[in-house]
Amino acid sequence: MNNLRRLINKALLGMAVGTLSLGISTSALAETDFTDKTIEWVIPFSEGGGSDKWARFYAPLLSEQLPGKPTVVVKNMPGAGSTKGANWFAERAKNDGLTILGTSGSTQFPFLLGDPRVKFKYSDWPIVLASSTGGVAYLPAELGAKWKEDPKSIMGTNFIFGSQGATRLDLIPLLAWELLGMKVDPVFGIKGRGDGRLMFERGEANIDYQTSSAFLSKVMPLVDEGKAVPIMTWGALDDDSNIVRDPTFPDIPTFKEVYEQVKGEEPSGPAWEAWKAFFIAGFPAQKMVMLPKDTDQEIVDTYSDAFKAVTQQDDFKAKSEKLLGVYEQVTGKKAASFKKLGTEVEPETVAWVKDWLGERYGVKLK
Amino acid sequence: MDIFNVALPALLEALTLIFTLDHIGWLVVGVLLGLAVGVFPGLGGIAGLSLVLPFIYGMDPVSGLAMMVGLVAVIPTSDTFASVLMGIPGSSASQATVLDGFPLAKNGEAARALAAAFTSSLFGGLFGAVVLTFFVVIARPIVLAFGLPELLMLTLLGLSMVGVLAGNSLLKGVIGACLGLVVGSIGEAPAQGSSRMDFGSWYLMDGFQLVIIGLGIFAIPEIISLLRQDRAISKSGELGSGWMVGVRDWWDNIWLSIRCSTIGVIVGVIPGLGGSVVDWIAYGHTMQTAKDKSQFGKGDIRGVIGPESSNNAKEGGGLVPTLLFGIPGSGSMAVFIGGMILLGYDAGPQMVTNDLPITYTVVWSLALANVVGAGLCLFLSGGIARLTTIRFPLLVPFLFMMIAFAAFQSKQTLWDLTALVLISILGIFMRRFEWPRPAFLIGFVLASQAEVYTYQAFQIASTKFKRGAEVGFDYILSPIVITLIIITVVSVWLGAKQSAAIRPPSEERVWNKSPSVIFTLVIAVFLFITLIDALLIDVMIDKVFPATVAGVALVATLLLLLQMRQQPATSPVFYDGEVASEDAKAPHGLWPMLSWFLSLLVLTGLFGFVIALAIFFVTFLKLHAKVSWLRTLILTVGGVGALIFIAYMLNRDFPPGLLQSFTELPWPLSGR
Repeated sequence: MNNLRRLINKALLGMAVGTLSLGISTSALAETDFTDKTIEWVIPFSEGGGSDKWARFYAPLLSEQLPGKPTVVVKNMPGAGSTKGANWFAERAKNDGLTILGTSGSTQFPFLLGDPRVKFKYSDWPIVLASSTGGVAYLPAELGAKWKEDPKSIMGTNFIFGSQGATRLDLIPLLAWELLGMKVDPVFGIKGRGDGRLMFERGEANIDYQTSSAFLSKVMPLVDEGKAVPIMTWGALDDDSNIVRDPTFPDIPTFKEVYEQVKGEEPSGPAWEAWKAFFIAGFPAQKMVMLPKDTDQEIVDTYSDAFKAVTQQDDFKAKSEKLLGVYEQVTGKKAASFKKLGTEVEPETVAWVKDWLGERYGVKLK
Repeated sequence: MDIFNVALPALLEALTLIFTLDHIGWLVVGVLLGLAVGVFPGLGGIAGLSLVLPFIYGMDPVSGLAMMVGLVAVIPTSDTFASVLMGIPGSSASQATVLDGFPLAKNGEAARALAAAFTSSLFGGLFGAVVLTFFVVIARPIVLAFGLPELLMLTLLGLSMVGVLAGNSLLKGVIGACLGLVVGSIGEAPAQGSSRMDFGSWYLMDGFQLVIIGLGIFAIPEIISLLRQDRAISKSGELGSGWMVGVRDWWDNIWLSIRCSTIGVIVGVIPGLGGSVVDWIAYGHTMQTAKDKSQFGKGDIRGVIGPESSNNAKEGGGLVPTLLFGIPGSGSMAVFIGGMILLGYDAGPQMVTNDLPITYTVVWSLALANVVGAGLCLFLSGGIARLTTIRFPLLVPFLFMMIAFAAFQSKQTLWDLTALVLISILGIFMRRFEWPRPAFLIGFVLASQAEVYTYQAFQIASTKFKRGAEVGFDYILSPIVITLIIITVVSVWLGAKQSAAIRPPSEERVWNKSPSVIFTLVIAVFLFITLIDALLIDVMIDKVFPATVAGVALVATLLLLLQMRQQPATSPVFYDGEVASEDAKAPHGLWPMLSWFLSLLVLTGLFGFVIALAIFFVTFLKLHAKVSWLRTLILTVGGVGALIFIAYMLNRDFPPGLLQSFTELPWPLSGR
């Protein structure tokens, strides 16, 4: 019955798209106006998570900047690590500009790794906003002091890291540390990075990383107390897509720099390519706002402009710093290029990652 | 930290912030919203908070916090209405309350039970705030002392309550708990994400939500039973003792209330456990310390006072991990943190240094909200308790509506209702054959914690042991762990002694063996499938837990079957509610009544929830309750209208049916 329904849905959607595209030729000239409309912002995660907070932060600001000041409501549609909500958006959302989708690294990773449950294609969706973030790795005081002298001196340490799973965002730190030659045993099964930090504070884990905003508010106090030492960031992307120092943490070296220091050469080869690709998907292009397939360019532009206006407000920087970090909130062409970098990865690179996950952690991806 | 020089001024600053008209006004708004939302089971704090979040942005921080705190604080208070009056566990906080609260309502003592519950809630909430005021400043190192071995031991302590709650057969208790653990581990494994028992289904991939299990195991079996008996919830059809008696009951058990509030604060403070077990631990403690245990489960007021004292105290305790570590103890706390960020405050260690006045504002707003909320509930309880005197068939459509809507909040698909029906059938049979349903629920609630903590503690301990035996033992045998082991052992020992003390039903009876045996065999088959499924998992760490639990449960089931083979037909092992309980004399059969609920499911599958509900209301009220057309119409419009209003306010959707995939209908008929 499910298949039948899906078929019917598809047929209906097809018809709807057909009639709409007929209508577009006439309506495209009309100004987009959302007066008295309600816009549903689908977040494929549950309430209270990072993506939920991000969307709820933006929703009222977006509402102010869209023509006609529509109500923007956040609609949580969790399931299967966000694949479910994204699939729903691909199959069911109408391209009238009243439904938008917020995705995160957790949506991109299954897509990149070819999870058979994924029924959506990023290339179908026009992007109107990309929110970057960064990540910082840190050690306990004692190990941190040794690291400061010479990272090579503690490469043999048995590191314990609280992890949400090797196929999640934690893939980036795990792969980075492995490339450096560190011996890190992930303890899987934590529910969020907060749990990992708690493990670190309890002395059960002796290496951890947090995304920028969490690092600023919850690890910085530990650093000030002398209980934690930041050792590397994952970096940020410059305009030419090179990895450079993280603007939020200009004093902390990037993983790439640490690699050069430890190995005495620039990172290269398939492992590095894989790391870079997944890093971009996971951090600089972590959260993105998408419109449905075949949305009228006029509507896309309206959203793009609205987000641009939001991010250019005078007090936006101050407001967003706390929640989003001091990263660029990217709109327009640059957002499109971030999306491309974060969602289009060479098949060989994907194959390499899959092999590595299988060999190292016994994860078999279909 | 100097408590007096830092904490006192901060406390004073907070109190002057709180006792302003503006603050109290917003707090009351939050409380009223929370009450309105909390009465609906399954919606709880998340829905309520999501409703106010859009307005939070740009509000004055203290007013915004007041509104949010008011809303969160009253959820574990207001959900007591559903637990006591209808046997519906409103949220995880009020599951144990159902055990004695609902029987009290059936005995016509709803007003008394509610009053005792609200007084206990009020006390627990205030107690939590007082303790927290001093504790929050020194909490950090204490919270950090609870590592994985300690968390694991606490989880085991929670599981050991099964021994107390097992009733007359410890074997059934063990199997029930294991069954809960197994059902709780369905879906993606917490460690490496292997799929378990999902048979490729989208729905099962994320596992079952607590709402579905609570409703299916507790609420539906009771409701179906009442429906079969065709009477008011209150046996006599009248209200016995009033709410004053309930308040006096609480006063008579004040020490119990203090002890359970303490349990609530402690368990709440520890991150990672969540509030899901606190009411069970409190209930177990209440039973263990009571002299006369014969009335538990049949309507002992202490069974209401214990858990209700603990669950509001827990809310206060839960602020510690939420505010100090940014680790929310529950879904609503997660949304709460989000709201705080919108107001310009981020959870973290600075909450007890720079932002201490704000922390105290939250703590004491919580206390104040408890007073307002519980007071209001107390005031309303006498009137609302009259619901128990109404002819039950008139309530049924409303109950089914609330339950179905609550279940649908789980994942917002029709499968929620299907899952609910399946779990309900399990619940109905567990009730019939006297399998301890609390044991199942405890197992379910603790499944992922039990698995994850075992595995994580084991892995970290093994690396500590590699560094040296002393380091290893220091880690796994900390003073806290040893204390917890002692408490657990004593609790199990007391529990075992008690189950021996509880007499089997006095009347001798010759049972028909086969229904019990067949049910046990069905359970055995399910466990066997689980075992096979677990053994087929590739990743080792995702396999061990379900395989072990299913294995243990299978052995226990085989022992039970052996017992059934050997014991005479007079043994209480063969208890059958269809013969022995009040169900035996019920005018209606089980299946016809269950099929009323099934019909709601089928209709929803065809026409979507709203249309299905309208058809169901009319059909049920006309055919079963046999009321006049006019009343049918009024009740239908009132019920469906109220639901649509709430869904609209909370921005919730309804399950669509086949009809909706053919035609475009306007909301609310559209579903989504």
